[in-house]
Amino acid sequence: MSILDKKISELHQLLHKKELNVSDLVDATFDRIHQVDDQVKAFLTLNEEYSRIKAKQLDERLVSGGDRGLLFGMPIGIKDNIVTKGIRTTCASRILENFEPIYDATVVERLNQADTITIGKLNMDEFAMGSSNENSGFHPTHNPWDLSCVPGGSSGASAAAVSAGEVLFSLGSDTGGSIRQPAAFCGVVGLKPTYGLVSRYGLVAFASSLDQIGPVTRSVEDNAYLLQAIAGNDPMDSTSAKVDIPDYLASFTGDVKGLKIAVPKEYLGAGVEPGVKERVMEALKVLEGLGATWEEVSLPYSRYALATYYLLSSSEASANLSRFDGVRYGLRSDNSDNLIDMYKQSRSEGFGEEVKRRIMLGTFALSSGYYDAYYKKAQKVRTLIKEDFTNVFEKYDVIIGPTTPSASFKCGSMTKDPLTMYMNDILTIPVNLAGVPAISVPCGFSDGLPIGLQIIGKHFDESTIYQVAHAFEQATEHHKEKPKL
Amino acid sequence: MSKYETIIGLEVHVELKTNSKIFCGCSTNFGAPPNTNVCPICLGHPGVLPVVNHQAVDFAMRAALALNCEINRETKFDRKNYFYPDNPKAYQVSQFDKPIGEHGWIEIEVDGNKKRIGITRIHMEEDAGKLTHTADGSLVDLNRQGTPLVEIVSEPDIRTPEEAYAYLEKLKAIIQYTGVSDCKMEEGSLRCDANISIRPEGQEKFGTKAELKNLNSFAFVQKGLEHEEKRQREVVSAGGEILQETRRYDEASKTTILMRVKEGSDDYRYFPEPDLVSIHIDQEWMDRVKSEIPELPDARQKRYVGEFGLPEYDAKVLTMTKEMADFFEATIHSGADAKQASNWIMGEVSAYLNNEGRELHQTALTAEGLAGMIKLIGDGTISTKIAKTVFKELVENGGDAEKIVKDKGLVQISDEGAIREIVVNILDSNEQSVSDYKDGKEKAVGFLVGQVMKETKGKANPPLVNKLLIEELKKR
Repeated sequence: MSILDKKISELHQLLHKKELNVSDLVDATFDRIHQVDDQVKAFLTLNEEYSRIKAKQLDERLVSGGDRGLLFGMPIGIKDNIVTKGIRTTCASRILENFEPIYDATVVERLNQADTITIGKLNMDEFAMGSSNENSGFHPTHNPWDLSCVPGGSSGASAAAVSAGEVLFSLGSDTGGSIRQPAAFCGVVGLKPTYGLVSRYGLVAFASSLDQIGPVTRSVEDNAYLLQAIAGNDPMDSTSAKVDIPDYLASFTGDVKGLKIAVPKEYLGAGVEPGVKERVMEALKVLEGLGATWEEVSLPYSRYALATYYLLSSSEASANLSRFDGVRYGLRSDNSDNLIDMYKQSRSEGFGEEVKRRIMLGTFALSSGYYDAYYKKAQKVRTLIKEDFTNVFEKYDVIIGPTTPSASFKCGSMTKDPLTMYMNDILTIPVNLAGVPAISVPCGFSDGLPIGLQIIGKHFDESTIYQVAHAFEQATEHHKEKPKL
Repeated sequence: MSKYETIIGLEVHVELKTNSKIFCGCSTNFGAPPNTNVCPICLGHPGVLPVVNHQAVDFAMRAALALNCEINRETKFDRKNYFYPDNPKAYQVSQFDKPIGEHGWIEIEVDGNKKRIGITRIHMEEDAGKLTHTADGSLVDLNRQGTPLVEIVSEPDIRTPEEAYAYLEKLKAIIQYTGVSDCKMEEGSLRCDANISIRPEGQEKFGTKAELKNLNSFAFVQKGLEHEEKRQREVVSAGGEILQETRRYDEASKTTILMRVKEGSDDYRYFPEPDLVSIHIDQEWMDRVKSEIPELPDARQKRYVGEFGLPEYDAKVLTMTKEMADFFEATIHSGADAKQASNWIMGEVSAYLNNEGRELHQTALTAEGLAGMIKLIGDGTISTKIAKTVFKELVENGGDAEKIVKDKGLVQISDEGAIREIVVNILDSNEQSVSDYKDGKEKAVGFLVGQVMKETKGKANPPLVNKLLIEELKKR
């Protein structure tokens, strides 16, 4: 077993016992990256020199007995839409190909305080718009379980790099399923925290009212470690909640006796592949065996979630992406001789097809005469979807279903059909609209590809999600499976 | 030809005098080197988020309350989308359907007639940067980006360019009194756009309006509107049609010049700013802000008439700016007679400020100094003429009036014997004038008084000089 397969708690013990030092861990990480990333293509930027220097500094602290942060010495990969001071941050877009941020995102500051080492920046669908990583402006990332398949998206590389053992863990962002769907496709653990739990300051906005940064890890325990380090109120983010952050590891009781699980019939209906449905039913049996009970419920408005999501997220995106205009930073086209053409050319050359599609969709939805029929109506439906969840959570502790309707699919198989591609997120999107937290944990395979179990919790009740996810993980062997690379 | 009525509505932008910008901690200091009062947030860098400066909300609310607006207890920000190089996010964070204040009014007075002008709304927004166009291209300075603004939109209640002028004067006075803005048009802390249209008298429906821009002073607003009113009347009289235009006022030709014809309205695609939560204003917050509003010009004006017995006119002029009114009251509290203080402030003080192009706080004059001088006039220590010399010293170098009078030997000569001696000497050396007087030319007295004053360096008590001159002339 490679040291890269160990959990944070195990690595910390080894460091503590001086059987391992941070430099070894960083060296092993880069060895693994150089070994497999040609195939996986998860990284857009590697931060090798800095990582080795920081590893040495941390090793000195290890010797001198100085303070150690919560994630001391742990190498991490960061999705390329989270800004890192002095490290190129592209959002996988040509328009930001050479953009070096002048500040660190709040989560990056918190990771630095926790003594992590930023190994590099991870590929994604351009500006987090996509479900396969094929919308990257640079190159697609591949699924470590089958390199001809997609890793999911938009945090596809965040999941693929963890799955391939290139990094211990990573940060992703989730607007409509962008952490959970790739986590499911790559057989890793991915959490979309409650909206407002983790600061968005420094996350390049796609859809501000939906975006959340979250941890992608191999184990539920590591996931809790990482969330512990990044969660909590940030005065720089007005939408960040003022809530007390519990000790997430304290929820790892292994006990789910008496837990009431709701299973929405809409999550196991038409469109969900039999292989996925089977794994979810097996998972429910496991939880039943541990003393939990489950009942079928309904989230009636979830059928409108996809339409609602695309109206709201595209509307917000149309404004959020307007700042990429070639005036102050990023790509400025040489093929223009006046201001309007400079805007048009820079944006035409810099943005990819999917990004343009969503900007146009959002611009249209906000236009005078259409605003009430689209944006405003979508906001009302969003409230109804949220109420669906509130109603279910009056009686149940968690909602469980599949993360995605199917396992991963072949690269190129859906790129010509955006609507089918959008269907990938049909089970994850309602969660973002409601603002509640949800995790995807591995629950087995279908035709050799991983399947994810989605556990949805109440607002700010990540603890119960972890409690269930951890109990399930401990009772099953799925998380021990690794892709052969 | 039917008669036409003019309809005017004004949109005024006022910069709020907060220390930092509305959504970040950068300084709002005016005149810093380009792009020095900036940070990732006001530069609109990827990933940044706004945080509302509550001082700006306090100030906007104070202005709204002073303009008799109803406060929206749930107010929120919206994004206004448009591309321009001075707008780094390509959207301006503004307020759309829930502005902080609505349904207000102010009272104006033109030719003694009082009239209420409605205020549709007052909303908060961020200011844009500044562009400088050069031969090599345009330069962007984002120091001003993010400075808090309120936009105050009037109802189309204004009927003449004079009313527009009076509205602006009153609005400026009120805002200045509240202390939330300097309202300096020359520094851009107050900016005005005007909408104007005409319609046949008696017609309900508004005519097509033109929007006037580049109005860099209240006088230009009035002149621009006068020109535009005339132009529109001429177009219509000639059987033409008014187009929806944006026109700029040209100072040199004193006319308005077409910038562009608008087709339909701009679509800014407003939607709620998802990066900010809505602001709930509770009673306690509103009460606190209310309590911070000082006595406003109308109330003061009334009090000056009642309490100090000043004429309406004096009270109005003195209360035009808070600085002037505060100075007036301080002068009275330092012991000056109210009417005398009013005369001096409206007279010599205002004339000095106008000539020098300064404001009160930019001079050395203190209320104590002015009051001291007025007291010296009252008790006959100095003449009004001498007082002008004392005033010059007070306004330029400051100090105590009594001390100035003593140091410069400016005490009035009221010694009858001494003055009589000088009078006799003057009469002796001006025989021609004496004989003119004898011939009935009263004018000669004036000349002789002048000679006495010259001899005494203006210090002789004028009534005494007059009395003694007549006495001595009659003896000849």
